[in-house]
Amino acid sequence: MTTGTLHRPPPRPATPGDGATPARPRNRRNQPGIAYLFLSPWVCGALLLTVGPMLASLYLSFTDYDLFTSPEWVGLENYKRLFTDDARFLASAKVTAAYVLISVPLKLAAALTVALLLNRNRRGQGFYRSAFYAPSLLGTGVAIALVWRAMFTDSGVVDSATGVFGWDTGGWINEPDYALYVLIILAIWQFGAPMVIFLAGLKQIPTELYDAAAVDGSGRWRTFRSVTLPMLSPIILFNLVLETIHAFQAFTPAFIVSGGRGGPSNSTLFYTLYLYERGFSQFRMGYASAMAWLLLLVIAIITAVFFGTSRRWVFYSGEDR
Amino acid sequence: MTTLQDGRSSRPHGPDVRPTSGRRPGAPAARLRQIGWHALIIGTLALLLYPVVWLLATSIKPTDEILSSLSLLPSRLAPENYTAALDGIAGIGVWQFFGNSMIVAVGSVIGNLVSCALAAYAFARLRFRLRGPLFAFTLLTIMLPYHVVLIPQYTIFQKLDLVGTFVPLILPKLLATDAFFVFLMVQFIRGLPRELDDAAEIDGCGPVLTFRYVILPLLKPALVTTAIFTFIWTWNDFFSQLVYLNDPESYTVPLALRLFIDQTSESAFGPMFAMSVLSIVPVMLFFLAFQRYLVEGIATSGLKG
Repeated sequence: MTTGTLHRPPPRPATPGDGATPARPRNRRNQPGIAYLFLSPWVCGALLLTVGPMLASLYLSFTDYDLFTSPEWVGLENYKRLFTDDARFLASAKVTAAYVLISVPLKLAAALTVALLLNRNRRGQGFYRSAFYAPSLLGTGVAIALVWRAMFTDSGVVDSATGVFGWDTGGWINEPDYALYVLIILAIWQFGAPMVIFLAGLKQIPTELYDAAAVDGSGRWRTFRSVTLPMLSPIILFNLVLETIHAFQAFTPAFIVSGGRGGPSNSTLFYTLYLYERGFSQFRMGYASAMAWLLLLVIAIITAVFFGTSRRWVFYSGEDR
Repeated sequence: MTTLQDGRSSRPHGPDVRPTSGRRPGAPAARLRQIGWHALIIGTLALLLYPVVWLLATSIKPTDEILSSLSLLPSRLAPENYTAALDGIAGIGVWQFFGNSMIVAVGSVIGNLVSCALAAYAFARLRFRLRGPLFAFTLLTIMLPYHVVLIPQYTIFQKLDLVGTFVPLILPKLLATDAFFVFLMVQFIRGLPRELDDAAEIDGCGPVLTFRYVILPLLKPALVTTAIFTFIWTWNDFFSQLVYLNDPESYTVPLALRLFIDQTSESAFGPMFAMSVLSIVPVMLFFLAFQRYLVEGIATSGLKG
């Protein structure tokens, strides 16, 4: 088919002045057949690995399914059970909510602070930017999670360091009150990725605005409040949505630091950790599917709220307010 | 007015754009400020990178010094950690784990490059009726938690007897399910001048040849970004490998590292950190070689870290 197209002569010779006429040969790019040929891997993936499985897991969430016998319809039983008869689920929801609520704002605040600090035309800026970004690449792996586990263990580095000041923690990872903070610190440690995005956004702010603010005698804080923050608000929204979605799905650090069990006393039992336990240790796959759909629902609602309220706090330049 | 402005410090939150005419070279206050800036940043970086340095230092410490000692310097070098790590774990050599990780990562890179480039060209340049809705769908799937599709996907691969092989880890990439990269490439192709396509068409190229000879060569920066990120993310990925690989023979590096946790004896600590260091070597090499692509890539497209 392709070769047939190849040997066809050009529709008409290009003559001067031809560009003005609207009858340029666009027809071949209108062939939907070719487009779907290019899209064929994507279409297979979308149908077989995304849409199909989504619908299947929605169905499974109303069933009792253990992978080996066929699913048995139980209606809303799984959902009812989650909220009324599963203390571990409620614990995991609470832990995850705390993790998202604490880690995301702190991570973004760190990212913005360092981005503002780095945003000067000084030597070494490019190098510093890369160095701050490095933890974002390393931090998602198992190796760094192992480091965290060892640093915050009983008589580990952190325990010894705080011990100097008379605060014997007994190892943060063994204390239900502190264990989650080990993971939160690990999340904040990876502020480099949103920082790079903030930095790119800061460079887009026209310098005239800062000049005007300076002429008006605006101080540092005022300039930040009235120029930088509004101009940066679309990027803040973007980072907020992205980081929130990722935080909800965090798995590796909790799995490694708690040895896969979410302890001590469920204090690091992330939602995804519990989902994995239900689905792949106990093969309660209908139950795990219900959890997955609840997660999707929560993420969708929160994303919708961010975008829905964004008209009030996100400023798009060139738009009348 | 200019002098007054310059007499003040550089604007705190804006880019440093003082007119050069007003800058007296080596003005002591400005110099001091500059040194202070560097000192502050280097101090922050030192704190930030301490865990990485700690890992490197710990990997060559004798086991009994590992946990408690605050000093980064070991009392003596312990290369035996690395010999033990290279011996592997559970009777399987370390190169086997690295080989497995490499297969998964390289397979994913190839899959993403081919499938995402094809899909992106169709979305960016070809006309078909469902283009708008399908592209919107692609963007939505960026936000989709993996867990919603995980269990049915697992069931499918289980029925096909493919659980325990690398297929479930690589096949999704061959089918362009990494919507992030489709989006990245669509944005990139949209930035290329359409006149090039038109010229190719006038020269008799259909969409296939236009893609091959016009778009693909120009797409190279986006392809490099995609390749690097896919490699690093796949290399670091733990969850899907944990789900799909169940035989130690097929374990990848992250799964092998996890085996060390289950060994409770402290004597495993040295080899564990030696292997941790080895596991981040490929990521570090990619980072050092391509840091500009990485940083620019995420600055322009907002990829996750």
